[in-house]
Amino acid sequence: MTGVPAANRAVPRSAIQRWTRVSLGFTSGFGVLVVALAFVPVVMGASVVQDLTSLLTLVLMAVMWNALAGYGGLVSVGLQAYIGLGAYATVWFALHGINPYWAMVLATLFCTVVSIPLSFIVLRFRGAQFAIGTWVVAEAISIYVSFDNQLGAGTGTSLLQIDSYSPTSREHYTYWLALGMTAFFVVVVFYLLRSRLGSSLQAIRDDEQAAASVGVRVVAGKRILFILAAAGCGAAGALTLANILFIEPTSIFSVNYSAFMIFMVLVGGLGTFEGPIIGAIVLYFIQQQFGNDGTWYLIGLGATAILFALFLPRGIWGMLEQKTGLRFMPVGYRVRRAAIETDGAS
Amino acid sequence: MTWVNDVIQGILLGGYYGIIACGLALMFGVMRIINLAHGDIAVLGAYLMYLLLEHWNTSPFIALLPVLPVMVLLGYFLQRLILQRSLRSGMLTPLLATFGLSIVIQNVLEQSFGPNVDSLGGQAGSIVTSAWQINSEISISALGALIFATAIVIYGALQLFLSRTAAGRRMRAAAEDPDTAELVGIDSRAVYARATAIAVGIATLGGLALALRTTFSPYSGPDQLIFAFEAVVIGGLGSSLWGALLGGIVLGIAQTIGAQINPEWSILAGHIVFLIVLISPRGGLLTLRSGRGMRRRALARGGAT
Repeated sequence: MTGVPAANRAVPRSAIQRWTRVSLGFTSGFGVLVVALAFVPVVMGASVVQDLTSLLTLVLMAVMWNALAGYGGLVSVGLQAYIGLGAYATVWFALHGINPYWAMVLATLFCTVVSIPLSFIVLRFRGAQFAIGTWVVAEAISIYVSFDNQLGAGTGTSLLQIDSYSPTSREHYTYWLALGMTAFFVVVVFYLLRSRLGSSLQAIRDDEQAAASVGVRVVAGKRILFILAAAGCGAAGALTLANILFIEPTSIFSVNYSAFMIFMVLVGGLGTFEGPIIGAIVLYFIQQQFGNDGTWYLIGLGATAILFALFLPRGIWGMLEQKTGLRFMPVGYRVRRAAIETDGAS
Repeated sequence: MTWVNDVIQGILLGGYYGIIACGLALMFGVMRIINLAHGDIAVLGAYLMYLLLEHWNTSPFIALLPVLPVMVLLGYFLQRLILQRSLRSGMLTPLLATFGLSIVIQNVLEQSFGPNVDSLGGQAGSIVTSAWQINSEISISALGALIFATAIVIYGALQLFLSRTAAGRRMRAAAEDPDTAELVGIDSRAVYARATAIAVGIATLGGLALALRTTFSPYSGPDQLIFAFEAVVIGGLGSSLWGALLGGIVLGIAQTIGAQINPEWSILAGHIVFLIVLISPRGGLLTLRSGRGMRRRALARGGAT
């Protein structure tokens, strides 16, 4: 990264550009969108609010999985561990007299804390081993939870305390929490990737040994991403519980969540900032259309994931980005050479 | 004495895990990829035998004879059509592609056979029910002994293949360093396809063992993959072929002793032993500090000494 060839240095008035006009517009547009979305419950009906809640939860999951895989190079098939833990921790905190919505926030913090010691175990793995290693952890936690009678053991439990809210206000609060959580984690990922850490993370993903040799703290960078992903998935689990109200260990710890996350990120664009959001929207519409078709729906998702992995590894957004140079959310650097090219870079 | 029996049953169970782990270890050793559809492929093999037995009243061992070559061929094309292409684009793609494949296989099986559990044990005759009663506490089931013996034969045959045959030497060369192997005229793609075909063939034997000793459903694959992976890691990931069998035995013993303490703990005990082995400084029973590994580790630390 530091070894810029002398020829390039000689180019007059070249500058590192982080914001383009397009990306500046879209980033402020993102802020406006979040504010506008916050008013949806005021003007729209219950079904729209519920649909948007599930969409936001999908976006959150996809962004988290992409942060880990796309920027840290850590493909996990075990993030459902934190989805399940987030949901069950919410039930546990609510059982102990905490307001269900605060319980969801606490559950998110709980997942963050739990992931710290676990990161020391699973980050010993690299590549494919990490994928299954995290899965084993998810399975172990799932079995452990299914022993707990207080949490409904294997037969499941529900968030009864939320009944103290009327159905309408419950939907609204859940929606606002989903919006707040998703926006929060998207912004955290955005700033993380724009920071110095972001460059080192991408260096790790591209070549771990080379990154280590120029002084990047490889394990620390991966650990931050892992903990972040655990926190975000914990939030997504708590929100899933608030949306469906009943959970059982086999469904909330299901590896299908990993399948959904992988599908969204692969289709949208692995390692792009905007891709997972697009992937979540695609999955959301597929779920609306084919979600009731059971096995055929899942066969389609799996086959599409294979095709994208093999033929379009950068996904829809990666392809668009490559073709058009568009960047809505500026997480990278671009070199602008004012003297040679005119200002047509955007 | 019950403990002695538990250990014996665990060893026998470990024979099954050894078979399931063998193909996974082979593919990891040769191509450095982990096939996330490995368990589902074993279950697919079991269902193909189940399908044959629905129309043809015979023993599952006879049904294996036509199914095995079909699965081996399937493995060959799996490598040629999916894995080879995914290998070109880095470490992550094979994982994502095989995970997608795993989802496809599970749901195709459910679509074709329904979500219920099935077993081939009923059609296998007396081997499933007979056992040698050593004393009042210890008995060895004939099926368990057969599966364990099969595991020994598979590992022995694979070792002989890798060490004594020209094809085996090519496979080891391509595993060690594919680029250099290409220089001396080894077609690594052909070698990889052969390794995948062998791995899928062994997984099919694992599928038969699974179907004989217990029940299986379209969604049994992921569990088998996890057990296989645990066996491979406990045995010292890719450092030795027999390590996977040893890891399988350790996993089997952990599960039977766990079940003795509390029947619900069986699987969890296996996971816990796996995680303990993982956090132990050596990280695997047979992890050899090979010269290559040492160099790589020294590089990773940034030390040129």
